[in-house]
Amino acid sequence: MSADVLTPNVEVAAEAPRGSGFGRKAWAWGWPKLLAIGLVLAFWQVVYVSGWRPAYVLPSPATTLSKLWDMLGTERFWSAMQTTLTRAIIGFLLALLIGTIIGVLVARVRPLRLAVGSLITGLQTMPSIAWFPFAILLFGLTEQAILFVVILGAAPSIANGVINGIDHIPPSYLRLGKVLGAGTIALYRDIALPAAMPGYLAGLTQGWAFAWRSLMAGELLVIIAEKPSLGANLEFARQFSKAPELLATMLVILILGMLVDGLFSSFSRRLRRRRGLAVD
Amino acid sequence: MSETAVSSDPVAVVASPSDAAPILRIRGVGKVFGSGPAATVALHDVDLDVARGEFLSVVGASGCGKSTLLNLIAGLDKPTSGTLEVGAKVAFMFQDATLLPWLTARQNIELALKLSGVAKRDRRARAEDLLATVRLDGRGDSRPHELSGGMRQRVALARCLAQDAGIVLMDEPLGALDAMTRDLLHDEIESVVRAQGLTVVFVTHNMREAIRLGDRVVLMGSHPGRILYDEDIPLPHPRQMDSTEVATRAASLTARLKAQGHTHVG
Repeated sequence: MSADVLTPNVEVAAEAPRGSGFGRKAWAWGWPKLLAIGLVLAFWQVVYVSGWRPAYVLPSPATTLSKLWDMLGTERFWSAMQTTLTRAIIGFLLALLIGTIIGVLVARVRPLRLAVGSLITGLQTMPSIAWFPFAILLFGLTEQAILFVVILGAAPSIANGVINGIDHIPPSYLRLGKVLGAGTIALYRDIALPAAMPGYLAGLTQGWAFAWRSLMAGELLVIIAEKPSLGANLEFARQFSKAPELLATMLVILILGMLVDGLFSSFSRRLRRRRGLAVD
Repeated sequence: MSETAVSSDPVAVVASPSDAAPILRIRGVGKVFGSGPAATVALHDVDLDVARGEFLSVVGASGCGKSTLLNLIAGLDKPTSGTLEVGAKVAFMFQDATLLPWLTARQNIELALKLSGVAKRDRRARAEDLLATVRLDGRGDSRPHELSGGMRQRVALARCLAQDAGIVLMDEPLGALDAMTRDLLHDEIESVVRAQGLTVVFVTHNMREAIRLGDRVVLMGSHPGRILYDEDIPLPHPRQMDSTEVATRAASLTARLKAQGHTHVG
């Protein structure tokens, strides 16, 4: 069984498509990732074969992947996915709105910065899961409790991104704006806003990571009846000792998080490259 | 000036620009930063007239208040005392070009057009024209970081022209360029400025550059920043940086600065 899972990856590595420019590019981008996935699966397989834990606790990669495939065919999975993604999007958008407004106010109003500037960074270091008991007390086991914590998790990072972005606007750009005759609105729209973009985008990326973590914590703790979600699926899989389902769901959570993060990084890379900034 | 006046008095036609009414009149201007014992006098009692169409070079060591003076003229800062009468719209060329990195060369120029109230449909063509004026046709889609230092300053020059200003302030715009690029840009700036009839206040700490370009050179001293000396340069244009006349005048003006205890940089 180990050979079944492992060989495909190794073979792909051996047969590098060296044809068109696009193919080569995709290959150059893809092979380190394929190799990493292959290594993880190999390690998993080795641990599985070693018999460290019984198979009903730690299933093999093959069992897990075939479970994942089955799951993708169920309506229950897609409805869980929909619930989770809807929460993620609404939570993130609300955090975006609140974080941006607070960020702009704190960056522009001096007394406000002195008062709450360090508080925002403090909030960022607070593990969002620690908010849940309080959120449940406030809102009960409801959507609001989850959203509350997602927003608290993401908004401080976004606000800090805005503050950073505004603080790092080169003063010479603002001077230029005045020389070009920009009024207050034009100064914001044409100069300050685009100049603050790299910092803002970094804040959004971090905000997303916090939102996603808070959401998963929330879905584990706040399980709403008749409403399947990825987090709830994890919890049910544990309670009913369905190890393959649990691991398959974890894979889905990992992949979703990575996809969105990849989206943010590609925005950020494109923006930095266009401006001739260092691209990491 | 009427037609008859010109024809009956040919001297008036070739009169030096300084005989006309000044476009820039500065009287008793002082600027103090801070207050109490920590106050710094950046400028002290500055009187200066600049005639319409004149190219004025300002030379002085760092800290002599050159940049402060430009900021006051541009209205970026208010004087502590004295008056400034600025008779035209002011454009500004900075040492580091200051092109916005998220815009292409053309968009940088279009932004200046937009903020000067040029209608949207006319901006693109105008920007292309201005790029051609500074001999950057075809580079409009380049991002600032893709252009050389000299090209960036040309875009900045085109952006100044886009503002349709009467006065252009240049704060050491060529200080960071290599000698050859700088010489090329001297020619460029000179021809563009003359063709458009612009008035220029050009700040530099390079005495030869000041004489290469200026109809007139003003020397500034520091602590406090003030005007030490003012001299017309009647040499014909275009001049060469390394010509004997320019070198001789540079040496004598440098000696004058040193005699007053102000060593100048460059």
